[in-house]
Amino acid sequence: MSSHAIDVTAIEQARFDERLRADRKIEAQDWMPPAYRRTLIRQISQHAHSEIVGMLPEGNWVTRAPSLKRKAILLAKIQDEAGHGLYLYSAAETLGSSREEMVDALHAGRARYSSIFNYPTPTWADIGAIGWLVDGAAIMNQVPLCRCSYGPYARAMIRICKEESFHQRQGFDIMLSLCRGTPEQKAMAQAALERWWWPVLMMFGPSDAESSHSAQSMQWGIKRISNDDLRQKFIDATVPQIELLGLRLPDPLLVWNADRGHYDHGPIDWDEFRRVLDGHGPCNRERLATRVAAHDNGAWVREAALAHAAKRNSTAKSA
Amino acid sequence: MGEPVVRAPAFHVEYILRLGDSSLILAQRLAQWCGHGPMLEEDIAMTNVSLDLVGQARLLLSHAGALEGLGRSEDDLAYQRDEPEFRNWTMVELPNGTGPHDDYAVSIARNLMVSALSVPLWQALCESSDKHLGAIAAKSVKEARAHLRHAAEWMIRFGDGTAVSHARAQSALDHLWPYANEWWDTDTLEREAVQAGLGPSLASLRSTWSESIDAVLAQATLKRPTDSPFVSTGKLGLHSEHMGYLLAQMQSLARRHPGASW
Amino acid sequence: MNAHLPDKTPPMPLWEVFVRSKQGLDHKHCGSLHAADAQMALRMARDVYTRRMEGVSIWVVPSGAITASQPEEQSVDFDPMADKIYRHPTFYELPDAVRHM
Repeated sequence: MSSHAIDVTAIEQARFDERLRADRKIEAQDWMPPAYRRTLIRQISQHAHSEIVGMLPEGNWVTRAPSLKRKAILLAKIQDEAGHGLYLYSAAETLGSSREEMVDALHAGRARYSSIFNYPTPTWADIGAIGWLVDGAAIMNQVPLCRCSYGPYARAMIRICKEESFHQRQGFDIMLSLCRGTPEQKAMAQAALERWWWPVLMMFGPSDAESSHSAQSMQWGIKRISNDDLRQKFIDATVPQIELLGLRLPDPLLVWNADRGHYDHGPIDWDEFRRVLDGHGPCNRERLATRVAAHDNGAWVREAALAHAAKRNSTAKSA
Repeated sequence: MGEPVVRAPAFHVEYILRLGDSSLILAQRLAQWCGHGPMLEEDIAMTNVSLDLVGQARLLLSHAGALEGLGRSEDDLAYQRDEPEFRNWTMVELPNGTGPHDDYAVSIARNLMVSALSVPLWQALCESSDKHLGAIAAKSVKEARAHLRHAAEWMIRFGDGTAVSHARAQSALDHLWPYANEWWDTDTLEREAVQAGLGPSLASLRSTWSESIDAVLAQATLKRPTDSPFVSTGKLGLHSEHMGYLLAQMQSLARRHPGASW
Repeated sequence: MNAHLPDKTPPMPLWEVFVRSKQGLDHKHCGSLHAADAQMALRMARDVYTRRMEGVSIWVVPSGAITASQPEEQSVDFDPMADKIYRHPTFYELPDAVRHM
């Protein structure tokens, strides 16, 4: 490598650092450190995969939704999620990745997605819990990302956050109906809350002290708030909602601490988190198998579309 | 106290149930593709069609319930009726594949056939003596046109795509074709509906339907299947064996909690 | 668990999407999608980027067809892809469908 090339890199790095310091956006054509690019591709594609896999636990109830209104709302929600996945794949592609590469990595088990979607939805109340708690937690994570240093990602997040707030409201609305309904419906809601509570808290990730990625991501303007802070924010916002629903708190140690000005909570089972992340959660294998099957079974459709387009083009050429 | 409930004649209610139930059951079949489509963009498109059809079903079933005058809501009709009371055409209750696996060609071919009928049908219904039905039609015809465009484009891609897609498309068409005969088989109910100015008989739309279909098949290089004497009877409440399973799945939760609100 | 074989289907071309909303005066870039041809791209753009709007105008452009200005501060760059909107892998070798448009 010539000394000229090294000088250029130093100049670009300085420009990049200055941009971050001034809180200005990095765009697709701008020089960026290879590690910044890699981290973003990983994070954005993981986020995209999560949206797509996230369609499955909810899709599980679309054919059994107990009213036509709920059916319509659920269909629209799942459709939104597919759209969000698309926006995010789109943002990741601006960094030099391709949809094929990313999807391939997912299907081969090399890419991650949010561990929360590896849990089953055995009852209708789980659909309410997902909207209320999972989307609620996702919103907490996502709003700060609207200020992410990378332009295409920030813009995708703004678009997503607008739609996400509907989803949380719809989930809470389902829970409200259940809690005001028959004793069986209320029991269904209680059981769902207890099933989802801890996995949702794990969505925020382990304490940042244990994560090597966090510090660097903070520096790069990719991460704005710590995992623990986000988790605490979520708990503080959600406990009053649980009480409003008239449900029992899922954690006996969830108690308001006047000194801290926050809710205390019980210990999180990080072993479970690691197990699920490593592929041993209740639904990991099934979720992946479903996505692989959809992709493989759809190959003939994609091939037909490409073949048809090619035929059209050669006709146009010879015309 | 209050005005006496004016009940519409049975044929009026049933005419609308045929439309509402067909929209509902087709929406149900299309919803099965959620998360399982051949590419992300198509997942969104197919779910869009399903969503439109659920919307149409809700409007039609609500209206039918109001006309019936027995206090049945759209959900009462969708979730509490038994199989013999459903008036959808048999074609829409068939699975999304011809064998054990779902096949996108079957769903596309079915959407093509149904929407090619729906467009002229909704157009005609805009002039219905039932003003409420006319309003539903005005909204639905736009959606039906979009569904037809989507299905036609894909049918053409399949027919004039690869050998595999061509074979699947032809096979799907051959499989579904006989179920269209149910539309052309005008019965007393339709004759009464025509007389009352409610709407057209489906048979009167046949030539328009044929023209649309033939235009697509020509571009798709697909062969128009030969006609057969088979006639399905879903609109009379006599369904195929698939209907029972479909309803069992669709209605199970609602029925498990009678009287509950969701 | 079955071994996963990489997808051998050729990649679907990438398209950039521009939408002018009912009230807007200009087409705004909203993102990208994959489609086999322009008609498919347009239909998908309508479904994905305008799901809740009516009366919009949509443009789809093959991503590789767009030539971009270089960022002003950028020092001289011998990268042949410098005038592309971003470094998508397919820009290096335009798929047939894009090349012939």
